[in-house]
Amino acid sequence: MEYKPIRKVVSGNYAAAYAALHSRVQVVAAYPITPQTSIIEKIAEFIANGETDIQYVPVESEHSAMAACIGASATGARAFTATSAQGLALMHEMLHWASGARLPIVMVDVNRAMAPPWSVWDDQTDSLAQRDTGWMQFYAENNQEVYDGVIMAFKVAETVNLPAMVIESAFILSHTYDVVEMIPQELVDEFLPPRKPLYDLADFEREPFSVGSLATPADYYEFRYKIQKAMEEAKKVIKEVGREFGERFGRDYSQMIETYRTDDADFVFMGMGSLMGTVKQAVDILRQEGYKVGAAKVRWFRPFPKEELYELAKNVDGIAVLDRNYSFGMEGILFTEAKGALYNTDAKPLMKNYIVGLGGRDFTVNDVRKIAENMNAVIEKGELDVEVDWYHLKR
Amino acid sequence: MAVRKPPITTREYWAPGHAACAGCGCATSLKLATKAFSEAMEEKYGDPNAFAIAHATGCMEVVSAVFPYTAWKAPWIHVAFENAAAVASGVEAAWKKIGRKGKILAIGGDGGTADIGLQALSGMLERWHNVVYLMYDNEAYMNTGIQRSSSTPYGAWTTTSPPGKYSIGEDKPKKWVALIAAAHQIPYVATASVANPFDFVRKMKKAAKVDGPAFVQVQCTCVPGWRAPPEKSIEITRLAIETGVWPLFEIENGDFFNIKIQPPGGGAKVKREGGRVVAIEFKKPIEEYLKLQGRFKHLFKRPEAIDELREQIKAMWKTLGVDVTLPKPEE
Repeated sequence: MEYKPIRKVVSGNYAAAYAALHSRVQVVAAYPITPQTSIIEKIAEFIANGETDIQYVPVESEHSAMAACIGASATGARAFTATSAQGLALMHEMLHWASGARLPIVMVDVNRAMAPPWSVWDDQTDSLAQRDTGWMQFYAENNQEVYDGVIMAFKVAETVNLPAMVIESAFILSHTYDVVEMIPQELVDEFLPPRKPLYDLADFEREPFSVGSLATPADYYEFRYKIQKAMEEAKKVIKEVGREFGERFGRDYSQMIETYRTDDADFVFMGMGSLMGTVKQAVDILRQEGYKVGAAKVRWFRPFPKEELYELAKNVDGIAVLDRNYSFGMEGILFTEAKGALYNTDAKPLMKNYIVGLGGRDFTVNDVRKIAENMNAVIEKGELDVEVDWYHLKR
Repeated sequence: MAVRKPPITTREYWAPGHAACAGCGCATSLKLATKAFSEAMEEKYGDPNAFAIAHATGCMEVVSAVFPYTAWKAPWIHVAFENAAAVASGVEAAWKKIGRKGKILAIGGDGGTADIGLQALSGMLERWHNVVYLMYDNEAYMNTGIQRSSSTPYGAWTTTSPPGKYSIGEDKPKKWVALIAAAHQIPYVATASVANPFDFVRKMKKAAKVDGPAFVQVQCTCVPGWRAPPEKSIEITRLAIETGVWPLFEIENGDFFNIKIQPPGGGAKVKREGGRVVAIEFKKPIEEYLKLQGRFKHLFKRPEAIDELREQIKAMWKTLGVDVTLPKPEE
């Protein structure tokens, strides 16, 4: 069947809901929270209209949402949920569980700032605080990437038996309408065949098994090592799946770090999610103004694309890391990760951290220009003015 | 020669080799519960294995599955402490989606059910999942070393309700989760005891056969936690029934006006009106139950606390619509 996309004008959240539908998810367990809610509303609507017979479990908390997804996934079903911020934090215990039990659950997290002060706007600290839970993390730049990301995440997750989070920005994507090219169901089915589970609580052909046993110090260590091996394997799988997606549907995701006009760049802006759309636009303008700059969008934060970062870093004088998140007592989280990934290499670009857009503070093309001017001066001088720049701070 | 049919299936789903204490009433409850479940599934679906188990963290979870071994001969999943009901909900949803017939058994202790798991339990019952939730009630957090739960009875010693100059031990009445479950108007709620295995098995089978959610709360001895001799494990729980401490009842569809009460035995006189039990005159004093357990030892120096416990037990029976008289021991 020839690929003819179905173009729909949808919000990021509806893109996520359609992607779940097209991925033929079997069980959805979810709990409402702004700005995620319209994802599960849309799925409930699909069911009410008879478009799908997804089993929808309207649980009483996000903790139970992930627990029910774990139960369903352990029974061999393709399970999906979505949440934001406080809801994700409430799930935290269960996130460790999903990865430890090697269950390929896919979840959309709509990045939202953690309270207090109460906020419903964009901020990456909620998802990045889940860094060590054993979940893969894909950050979407736009609604199209939300849609593509969910479908690819299932394929990657079910190949390596680890859960995956697809992350989009509060309101900037979740509630903003844009054209999304959707894939006809038969072609999604070819790309994403039914799941083949490692184990299955409804399978009585095999000897009944127990999952979630106690492991003594004699065994626990190896379980952890296997998760790390699966994460390493995931890097290969992500690239293969991203390439296959590109071949089938015209949008290539084989780069874990999407590079934009970086080939001859003096320095690059590096960041994740929707703010990188603004950065790319700014790069075009700055290029016309004579700056040799590029953009590096980290699509997958876990597993972390160390090797791709090295290939980028060895050819530039500087990297301006844009963090819409913060680790108190240290610095922006992507900044820490990127510096750490390069430490034992011969790539030593000047690296400066710009803290931008926390709690939905507007981040514009003009902000990128100001950062470019500052970064340019830093590189010319050959030393940092400050390492972590609270760029927007009212002074 | 005719071979008499055993009163319950000889199939085992809870295998020997688990690490529970000698005299553990909870281990007995799981052995019986899974046998009952299997019989019910065979009778209802023609498949004795048509069930899976979701288990909360707790003694029975820890003693039954130490990697790479397992005592379970049914598909079994343990996911943390507070969410056996939520996990069971997900398993059940997946069974429904793939069209597999059968029922899910969720298991939790009193801590995992009455306290940290109460919200998930309520959600599971309210959403009408086809799950039986079995609460094995040994009346404290025994796995972590005997801390009080909301299901710990008044007066009991635990490590977090120690008796002392300013404490009589646990100072709150026992919370009856079965009554909370019944308030969801679910098809079937029952209390049971390992001291009455036929009643327990009958109730588990009934719970397993109803369409929709069911809840069974079974009292079972914790030998170390109750400071009880292992050989008296069943005797103690029998005395709980006979002295009025542990009521055996069934509530269908949340119909509190038609609670079925099982006669307690032990010489108790049961008064009925129109088939309903309205009063019970117990003959054995609760002291007979209390004195076999070290957790209540200190109460014998504080008789007013035992009287307070008697009042609380009367109040609990009143909620069930039964006036009870509880004798004091003969001087």
